Amino acid sequence: MSTNAIAAGRHAAPTFYCRQEPPLHNGTLLGFWIYLMSDCFIFASLFVANAVLGSHYAGGPTGSQVFDLTGLAWNTALLLVSSVTFGFAMLQMGRGNKSAMLGWLAVAGILAAAFVGLEIHEFIDMIGQGAGPGRSAFLSSFFALVGTHGLHVTFGTLWLIVLMVQLNRYGITQENIRRLRCLSMFWHFLDLVWVGVFSYVYLIGVLR
Amino acid sequence: MNHPSPSGAAASSGHDEGVMQAHEGSLRSYLTGFALAAILTIIPFWLVMGHVIENRFATIVIVLVLAVVQIFVHIIYFLHLDTRSEGGWNMLAFIFSAVLVVIVLGASIWVLYNENMNMMPGMMPGTSQHQHSMPES
Repeated sequence: MSTNAIAAGRHAAPTFYCRQEPPLHNGTLLGFWIYLMSDCFIFASLFVANAVLGSHYAGGPTGSQVFDLTGLAWNTALLLVSSVTFGFAMLQMGRGNKSAMLGWLAVAGILAAAFVGLEIHEFIDMIGQGAGPGRSAFLSSFFALVGTHGLHVTFGTLWLIVLMVQLNRYGITQENIRRLRCLSMFWHFLDLVWVGVFSYVYLIGVLR
Repeated sequence: MNHPSPSGAAASSGHDEGVMQAHEGSLRSYLTGFALAAILTIIPFWLVMGHVIENRFATIVIVLVLAVVQIFVHIIYFLHLDTRSEGGWNMLAFIFSAVLVVIVLGASIWVLYNENMNMMPGMMPGTSQHQHSMPES
């Protein structure tokens, strides 16, 4: 699949690892991937903050007192299914089936919106119990990390709505395919970060 | 996971972007990824919510290992990262980032864990007086 350039004879000399130059005609996907890697560093530093401060309760509530694992299980399921349905939308895009693609995108968007809704509900609940971000270093790091992830999902959902309008209007054009591929990476990446959040912050936070 | 599905060619026919077809994946890769991710999610929830293992440390290690495995499942089956995407540059950027993230996470936790341990009142020589005066203040 990726050997067009090699077949054209441009790479007669032995190549090491990168078999091609970055695709100049469309470097967007590579650029967006590098953006995601930088996002990865943001989340890594927030995870470090949580790892270091996660047991500094300042006499306040601990993880096992404030975390609702049943709600967390629902949240996790919503995000995972949303990721898969986005994948189904990409498959329909590959087939050029616009209405099915828009349908799957809508499902993915609704699931993500439900995820954000549950998270806001959880935050309000915690703040109501006196476990707001100002209570202890543990809660500050928790709200910073989970809130940053939630904001990413929120903006991803807004981006999805904008793209669905574009797709509905102009169809599956090359520009829209490129945009949707970027959003797809973003979507799956957020699911990946959530794996770290539910495993480390919540499940291990309860065990601390 | 990178079968050149005939469906993937439809949208990009007429363009010289065969390289990018790998991004779409296939139905099989999404379903495999979903099944693996679901299993790798249910096990840690079950371990923690059901108090299956008495040993807390062992539970933490298992949860962490399952999380790392699941992250790789997502990268392979959902993000379709392999040595061919974008001519290998995606993989290169990923390995670079992964190394840095491991160093940042590992080193920070290690340094601060040691600092916390060694700064505990009473662990440093000559602090016993300070320790005794704490409750009064």
